[in-house]
Amino acid sequence: MVTSGVNPLMAYGKLFLGAFGSRFGLIETVVKATPLMLAGLGVALAFRCSFFNIGAEGQLYMGAFAATWAAYAFSELDAAFLLPFMLLLGFLGGGFWGMIPGVLKVKLRVNEIITTLMMNYIAILWVTHMLVGPWMYEGFPWSPIITEAARLPNLAGSRLHVGIFFALIAAVLIYLMLMKTRLGYEIRVVGANIKAARYAGISIFKTIIPAVIISGGLAGIAGMVQVSAIHYRIMPGLSPGYGYTAVVVALLGKLHPIGVIASSIFFGGLLVGADMMQRAVGIPVALVNIIESLVLLLIVAGEFLIRYRVSFERGG
Amino acid sequence: MKEVDEAVQEILTEIFSTALVASALRLGTPLILATVGEIYAQRSGVLNLGVEGMMIVGALVGFIGVNITGNPWMGILLAALCGGAMSLIHAFLSITTRSDQVISGFALSIFGIGVTSYIGKKWIGMAAEAGFYPIYIRGLSDLPIVGPILFSQNVLVYLAFFIVAVSSWILFKTRIGLIIRAVGENPEAADILGVNVYLTRYLCVFFGGIMAGIAGAYLSLAYTRQWVELMTAGRGWIAIALVIFGMWNPVWSFAGSLFFGVIDSFQLRLQAVGIGIPYNLLMMMPYVLTILALSSISTTALAKKIGAPTALLTPYVRGEKT
Repeated sequence: MVTSGVNPLMAYGKLFLGAFGSRFGLIETVVKATPLMLAGLGVALAFRCSFFNIGAEGQLYMGAFAATWAAYAFSELDAAFLLPFMLLLGFLGGGFWGMIPGVLKVKLRVNEIITTLMMNYIAILWVTHMLVGPWMYEGFPWSPIITEAARLPNLAGSRLHVGIFFALIAAVLIYLMLMKTRLGYEIRVVGANIKAARYAGISIFKTIIPAVIISGGLAGIAGMVQVSAIHYRIMPGLSPGYGYTAVVVALLGKLHPIGVIASSIFFGGLLVGADMMQRAVGIPVALVNIIESLVLLLIVAGEFLIRYRVSFERGG
Repeated sequence: MKEVDEAVQEILTEIFSTALVASALRLGTPLILATVGEIYAQRSGVLNLGVEGMMIVGALVGFIGVNITGNPWMGILLAALCGGAMSLIHAFLSITTRSDQVISGFALSIFGIGVTSYIGKKWIGMAAEAGFYPIYIRGLSDLPIVGPILFSQNVLVYLAFFIVAVSSWILFKTRIGLIIRAVGENPEAADILGVNVYLTRYLCVFFGGIMAGIAGAYLSLAYTRQWVELMTAGRGWIAIALVIFGMWNPVWSFAGSLFFGVIDSFQLRLQAVGIGIPYNLLMMMPYVLTILALSSISTTALAKKIGAPTALLTPYVRGEKT
């Protein structure tokens, strides 16, 4: 920032005020936090069983694609039927996209980091293909507007929408699943020690596959929400890297649903603030990427410091 | 019908030409450069997922370096240094502080993408002041078939050949290579024999960063000769896949990268002749192929019990016996 010739303190002030300093800023922060929370919960769940799903971006796009398809194919349905159906298809679209690397990992031991990333590129190219081909609308690379019935209700006459409740409910459900169900227990065991899990007779397949389907499904719902409540169509830039930010969100939230809620609001605020900052002092949004990576590096390095302190006390 | 046949014939000859193989070499070169570096890092026991970030930084720094100094080799040098510097962050986190290598590398990739789109804005759309152009060797370049394929490339392609040969020789035929492999397979034993495990790993990761930086600069100085945001387009990740595909052996990975080069130039050619398959679906080919290649090699590797270096992803703690 120093190189941009802008007073950094002023820039950060704008960033914070932009995100949390007004009703508009707060609402925008929650709007941006919604897809991050959904996708972040998904990433956290996958990481919990040591499946490094960095394919949330692609899963988000496939969820958005499936939900948009439903909105066109069943446009005559009432909202009461159409919205749940879009939600389901969003989940299935993302879940299917997450399942492929999951099966490859469990059955063939294919490195999921590479495959989930490759699946991101493929998903985005697929959506781009639809947008410049079959779904192209009025000569623009975006799809036609979805009908009223396919739109999620807004709240308080603003851009705030019910998607945030989906995200919060998902957080509660993931928490309950992880802590109170057999599958959740097995996910935690597989994540902690896959060998021990095998000895304990836990089926790796039956643990990882549901986890990655839910993981991808949540990212898919994030995509559905972006289509159904924000853009009313699928378009390039539907996600400005929410899927990648979701990885940072999950890690900063310590892979815990409550932590993910907090960190997604933090990053939602960061995105909004960066937007405002760009308008106010002319600093590009790419800065968010840099901040994200620094947060990650600090998390990584921080774990060392914690370990060091612990061993130091033990030694003393 | 006869006209259709002729048209198809024409398209096929256009696609499967010496130009296809020549451009496959050009497209495979950045992949193999990055892959060789990653092989060394992984052979020493460190997974570096920051290749994509180091490549994109190398691409931008190389481009800026050339436009400031006017010398393409200065571009390469600066790109190598920046890639190397980034890799030292990764080395510090994964070797010294024994942090999570996956997250650290991923963070560096995000960092590279963010920092280059931040700094690179004002360089978009400019042509490189200088770059690496195909060379012409009197006599050899005019030979049929091998002339255009082997003797009309830019100098970095030849450098890549050289690096594959030398890196493979060092890794499998010299004491240095033995040390690197020992550190990646059994660091305790290597340590007992007097090998400095930490230093070896640092150097290998550093070498990986240098190569990733050069691979990136290849894209902006030899392949396109301009800076485009996100121009690596996942090549860093494909390079990591090629390490596995080549079973941690530079020569096999070289074969793999050529295969990728062929596929890449094949899809570019299909686009050019307009065969009716939509552009975006053709663009998927390298990514789909990466998944297929990894799946196929994983099956064989499982059957033959070939695997990653044993100590990959495991930080080494001196003097701690478990």
